[in-house]
Amino acid sequence: MVVKNCLLLCPVFVSAVSHSQITRLYSRFTSLDKGENGTLSREDFQRIPELAINPLGDRIINAFFPEGEDQVNFRGFMRTLAHFRPIEDNEKNKNPPTSEPLNSRTNKLLFAFRLYDLDRDDKISRDELLQVLRMMVGVNISDEQLGSIADRTIQEADTNGDNSISFSEFIKADDQRHERTWKHRLDTHIVTYVTAGVTNAGSTGTR
Amino acid sequence: CETNILYFFPMTRGNRTLTPEEEEDSQQHHNNTKAFPVLSFNFEHVRKPFEISLWILLALLMKLGFHLIPRVSHIVPESCLLIVVGLLVGGVIKALDSDASDTNSSVPVLNTKLFFLYLLPPIILDAGYFLPIRHFTENLGTILMFAVVGTLWNAFFIGGMMYGVCQIEAAQLGDVDLLSCLLFGSIISAVDPVAVLAVFEEIHINELLYILVFGESLLNDAVTVVLYHLFEEFSHAGTVTITDAFLGVICFFVVSLGGVMIGLIYGIVGAFTSRFTLHSRVIEPLFVFLYSYMAYLSAEVFHLSGIMSLIACGVAMRPYVEANISHKSYTTIKYFMKMWSSVSETLIFIFLGVSTVAGPHVWNWTFVIFTVILCLVSRVLGVVGLTFIINKFRIVKLTKKDQFIVAYGGLRGAIAFSLGFLLTDTHMKTMFLTAIITVIFFTVFVQGMTIRPLVELLAVKKKKETKRSINEEIHTQFLDHLLTGIEDVCGHYGHHHWKDKLNRFNKTYVKKCLISGERSTEPQLISFYNKMELRQAMMLVESGSLAVLPSLTSMQNIQPRDTVKQRVIPSISKRREEEIRKMLRSNLQKTRQRLRSYSRHDLMMDPFEEDLSEVKFRKQRVEMGRRVRLTETHLNVHNSLSFKGMLHCFY
Repeated sequence: MVVKNCLLLCPVFVSAVSHSQITRLYSRFTSLDKGENGTLSREDFQRIPELAINPLGDRIINAFFPEGEDQVNFRGFMRTLAHFRPIEDNEKNKNPPTSEPLNSRTNKLLFAFRLYDLDRDDKISRDELLQVLRMMVGVNISDEQLGSIADRTIQEADTNGDNSISFSEFIKADDQRHERTWKHRLDTHIVTYVTAGVTNAGSTGTR
Repeated sequence: CETNILYFFPMTRGNRTLTPEEEEDSQQHHNNTKAFPVLSFNFEHVRKPFEISLWILLALLMKLGFHLIPRVSHIVPESCLLIVVGLLVGGVIKALDSDASDTNSSVPVLNTKLFFLYLLPPIILDAGYFLPIRHFTENLGTILMFAVVGTLWNAFFIGGMMYGVCQIEAAQLGDVDLLSCLLFGSIISAVDPVAVLAVFEEIHINELLYILVFGESLLNDAVTVVLYHLFEEFSHAGTVTITDAFLGVICFFVVSLGGVMIGLIYGIVGAFTSRFTLHSRVIEPLFVFLYSYMAYLSAEVFHLSGIMSLIACGVAMRPYVEANISHKSYTTIKYFMKMWSSVSETLIFIFLGVSTVAGPHVWNWTFVIFTVILCLVSRVLGVVGLTFIINKFRIVKLTKKDQFIVAYGGLRGAIAFSLGFLLTDTHMKTMFLTAIITVIFFTVFVQGMTIRPLVELLAVKKKKETKRSINEEIHTQFLDHLLTGIEDVCGHYGHHHWKDKLNRFNKTYVKKCLISGERSTEPQLISFYNKMELRQAMMLVESGSLAVLPSLTSMQNIQPRDTVKQRVIPSISKRREEEIRKMLRSNLQKTRQRLRSYSRHDLMMDPFEEDLSEVKFRKQRVEMGRRVRLTETHLNVHNSLSFKGMLHCFY
């Protein structure tokens, strides 16, 4: 019942995610929601142990919450996760998309880009890059060394010479990686395994 | 097993070689009449090493020769040419030998022991040590499916159909029973890593296809070993029971997992040993080779899969050993491995040719033709069928083109021949051997030669040649973290989750044990960056031209991590030392260094070489001087240290 209501509330997701996937993710949502008020706060996310040790943990959590808000409902939760569904070929023929689908490669990369670009000026500046590097590398490395890595990275990616990485340059960097690994690494197996795991949903949802 | 002694050249007939006493006697006897022999001929003394060296020399000269004939080497892969050379050499030896009446054919054959103990390990070690791990683990499921299920399918299909063929009255093959057919099927079904490497190396195909076919050829060793021993036991026992079949399945798991475990143990021990080699850099490469070889031999002792053990050892050892050893040792290991595997490969193909000429052959048209056809058919069916199943689980599906290349790349090679050679001597053995050789020739010649034009025709994606940039590395790691985080939010224990857990475990416990000094806590990004910078610094120094200039910013920051106040050299990491040494050498007036006492065990540069490179450096001095002035301001080198003193310490 609840799931059907959700489906009514968010028609845009009907094409993006399948029924059983929504069921499974909904049970995950409710298990995270300790306050049982239908929304998740930042503390609920921080309770996930692996996110605490993930270098990008805080930024990922922030990505779920829209500007200035502290609570996210199931719709928002799904909306963020729908970015990571694999692109399927048959989808393109079914519904001619009016706007670009959420899980297109560009939107996925935009999501990742926004994790770097905190001040939303559509550019990754040297400082923003340094912050991310510092998070990934830990505390033992000197600032100068990180600085030189950041400088070199910007130098390699920057084509228009503004000493920062714009979104199009970011896409180009991903092109290189994409060619080498020949697949959309931004897809996860979540949604392919989910269809099998409806009965497991309850047990894996709790920790 | 066959005889252990190889007869390379026809034994001299007639003259019996004199025993030492007799020789002395005759000499003394002749002393009164004949002068002391200034020059004497004694070939037997050095016979064996002489012949071995001659063979290897021949093989290598052939390899050189092919590249002098560009047109031929473009069309025909090297392996084919080597087999032809082997055929010629075998023919020559046989012709020289044609008046021999002894049954012991003196033409050397690809002896099983020689092959499995000496020729195969270097190739597998080279493949395993440089295995692209990331691609391998990402496609492990697919590779295992092809290796295990595919090989089983091949073996049973070929064995079963051949039995059916043998039942045909016209073929006169009535005496071949089912078990022998299955045994034959199991020998011929396995894709051979040597042949695959030899052919695929030249066509530069994209990494996905390469790792699929090559990974399959490596991992199917366990299946082949189990099936072979199973059917051999059965064909002696005569009957098969359910328990035997069940035990066979258990045996498969024991063989593969046992082999991997032995490899891992030796790999970890090897990595641990490399932690202490700080003061004996010269023998570092030997540790890598010996531990790997011991892993292979230990697995063979228990009839476990030696190939999987060797691969596991190389894979386990590599990241830790590379963090511990000096740069020179790394280069040595790389080049020695390539050299040995290259020689082995060449020798294997030549011996294949020679054995073809030598061995007794029983040619049975039906048997041979049906074998070839069935091999092709079963391979195609197997690949298509398995891909259909596998594609349901893959995010990136295998296209028809990919399937075709995988099916077409299923080459058979010397392993099949050696296994056939191991069979007990029966009339069937020679017939089997003939069929095996025919299949090998067919796959290597026909498929090997045509695969390159087919790859071009089908426009299969080629390997991307560019090196990884720091940008890509950061991006990849970033995405890894992102996807792990998302998977954690969903509560899904996927691929990324486990990879992340393994990395974390590696960082906190394993690296601390196995890597010496400060390198143990170095994050992967930093070591990647250091390697890249070092490579570029060396490129700049070694090449005469300054066409490739690294960014000034990165050169600015090449500095020792700790400030060098006194001569406390061990506190500077080896990488930094290298870089500083290179920079200084290119700029200083090289004063004649005092002659140090010569020691065989020290790695010192040849003084003549030093002069030559100095001349090169002087030419660059103007440009380098500018650079170094810039870098000097950032190098935390105290003025109290004289440069000469520093040079002393570095050597």
